[in-house]
Amino acid sequence: MTGRARTQADRRRRQPSRVVPEGRLDATGLPLDVDRLLDDPEQRIVVCCGAGGVGKTTTAAALGVRAAERGRKAVVLTIDPARRLAQSMGLAMLDNTPKPVDGVSGADGGSLDAMMLDMKRTFDEVVEAHASPEKAQQILANPFYQALSSSFAGTQEYMAMEKLGQLAADAAQDGTWDLIIVDTPPSRSALDFLDAPARLASLLDGRFVRLLLAPAKGPARMFTAGFGMMTSALTKILGAQVLTDVQTFVAAFDTLFGGFRQRAEKTYALLQADGTAFVVVATPEPDALREATYFVERLTQEEMPLAGLVLNRVTVPAATELTAAEAEAAAAHLDEAAASPLAGLLRIHAELQRMTERERRLRRRFSGAHPDVPTVAVPALPTDVYDIDGLRGLGDLLADTA
Amino acid sequence: MPSSEPQDERRPGLRLHVVTGKGGTGKTTVAGALALALASGGQRVLLCEVEGRQGIAQLFDVPPLPYEERSIAVASQGGEVYALAIDPESALLEYLAMYYRLGRAGKALDRFGVIDFATTIAPGVRDVLLTGKVYEAARRRTKAGDPVYDAIVLDAPPTGRIARFLNVNSEVAGLAKVGRIRRQADAIMTLMRSQRTAVHLVTLLEEMPVQETQDAIEELTAADLPVGSVIVNLQHRSPLDRAAQTKIAHGKLTPAAVVKGLAKVGVETTTATATGLLDEAKDHLARLELQEHQQKIVNGLGPPVIELPRLPDGIDLGGLYDLAHELQAQGLP
Repeated sequence: MTGRARTQADRRRRQPSRVVPEGRLDATGLPLDVDRLLDDPEQRIVVCCGAGGVGKTTTAAALGVRAAERGRKAVVLTIDPARRLAQSMGLAMLDNTPKPVDGVSGADGGSLDAMMLDMKRTFDEVVEAHASPEKAQQILANPFYQALSSSFAGTQEYMAMEKLGQLAADAAQDGTWDLIIVDTPPSRSALDFLDAPARLASLLDGRFVRLLLAPAKGPARMFTAGFGMMTSALTKILGAQVLTDVQTFVAAFDTLFGGFRQRAEKTYALLQADGTAFVVVATPEPDALREATYFVERLTQEEMPLAGLVLNRVTVPAATELTAAEAEAAAAHLDEAAASPLAGLLRIHAELQRMTERERRLRRRFSGAHPDVPTVAVPALPTDVYDIDGLRGLGDLLADTA
Repeated sequence: MPSSEPQDERRPGLRLHVVTGKGGTGKTTVAGALALALASGGQRVLLCEVEGRQGIAQLFDVPPLPYEERSIAVASQGGEVYALAIDPESALLEYLAMYYRLGRAGKALDRFGVIDFATTIAPGVRDVLLTGKVYEAARRRTKAGDPVYDAIVLDAPPTGRIARFLNVNSEVAGLAKVGRIRRQADAIMTLMRSQRTAVHLVTLLEEMPVQETQDAIEELTAADLPVGSVIVNLQHRSPLDRAAQTKIAHGKLTPAAVVKGLAKVGVETTTATATGLLDEAKDHLARLELQEHQQKIVNGLGPPVIELPRLPDGIDLGGLYDLAHELQAQGLP
């Protein structure tokens, strides 16, 4: 990791470099210069975050393709790509290690690798790497561990960050990659993604867990009245086997706790470092923009470096001179004259104009509250992006060079 | 607690509608509209959410919901929709107080971090608690012995998690082989698998949501859980008829003809504007083609398909009632 913790002064100094060229200002704020971001050799990590269903994975993949073709040795860590997109990137197999993406190469040895996160496997690997083979087996077989590693609400986020840490370490060590692009899990809320590692660590480090460990370790005075009442209640509800399982789980995990906490802190520092940039992805819809606002505020609070906002699926009418009202009036007029294709044409246009208006209002609300967040608007595409050519085209739109 | 179960079976009155869908498909909106539809005609409906998102409050434009049933909307002939935001911590404390009179010990558990542990790490416990509260509301009776609610609508977790969420039995199997949690799980499964429950899947006519819907149907069926309808949300209805679509797709409608046709109704346009209008229509046709492809897949899935239109101005309370009428018109519930 090349990053060092960022000071306030650093941040103030760097800020202007993210404010970009003239001529590309649009009505709703500063433009986000994607190529400048991808070309900056100091930029080592780009994290794409945002609500579910806004095109985060596709955006991350398109940034990867563009970065590679502009000479970076890039790797994209995806979480849950659409099947066709996964196939075209050679990700049909979920195998948890980056593989080269065919058909993508750039000047100066640019290349693209990609991988899809297998959260359970990543967790298993952490356990295997940090416990004796015997202890690892014990942990892997425990029902509490199995639940934690496959369905705990924060595990996917935690493991995405864990994998990012591993990739960053590999990259720093042998120079396999000089840019890591991370897609983030479709969290229920922004909070999950930033807080999951700390939450998991504090849960495993909590008072209950320490109490469960205590009998094995020492003084019986830990058995206070409250604790006795609690264990007997739990036994009644769950049966005695459960408490034994919990104790085994906790005892087996004990040796890993320190490691987990440290790793969570290290990853957090990595996210705050200079070489990292967050790209918030949204669509011009109320929910997605609300989530984006939340991300922007949280990232600012946590002093995480925010590069800007990618606004996907923005409606762009091709004929701007005709207003929605004019088009609707003319369509009504034409209906009487029974000239069907023309009326339909006008109604399609009227709807586009109305959506454009609505999106503009939503965008103004966002940029009004956050005028200093550079933004790039990507027009809604008529078809899905599912192959490398599509990603390349999306990259052009992201960089505003289409 | 399972003593009243056979009685429930004879009473076809109560229905549990579970609404799931991929994130972004509008499952909360559909759940809200369904609750309104079920309430119309004087029914009492409970709308529950379990993900701590306060989506119902936002949808109905009311203050954040507590762990308490509240009336949030009315429907025709005295129908009423109640809402409840279920969180596992409150459900566990309530459960302990109800069955163990664990007022004080419940607090102690909280202090020791047990509540947090049980509701986050302990396998399946979280889902047993969430579905358990729904189960409790489903079997609750008035003094006269009638069910308190005529129907319950559950705004459930997304399609990727739905089978596991409802199939609480298999989740707790590895954990509790005996004890009250186990019995509770068995009772919940009886309700979930009964004819009174229907799991509806909300989708858009896009690749990912349709794929996930297909996967979820397979998982639900494998778990013996009853699939209800597939609800295609935000359906785009084309203002072009087939003939017009073909004409435009084949370039038979020229910009010059558009300019001329519009001039007849007093709209003066340039060739550039006419070309723009035709380009917009071609994009529209490309989208339709994708949708039609997905529509074919959806129609072949098996369950009945219901279509909800995209409302031009987004969703507000008025729009929600429109969607409720649409659901009724198409035979749901």
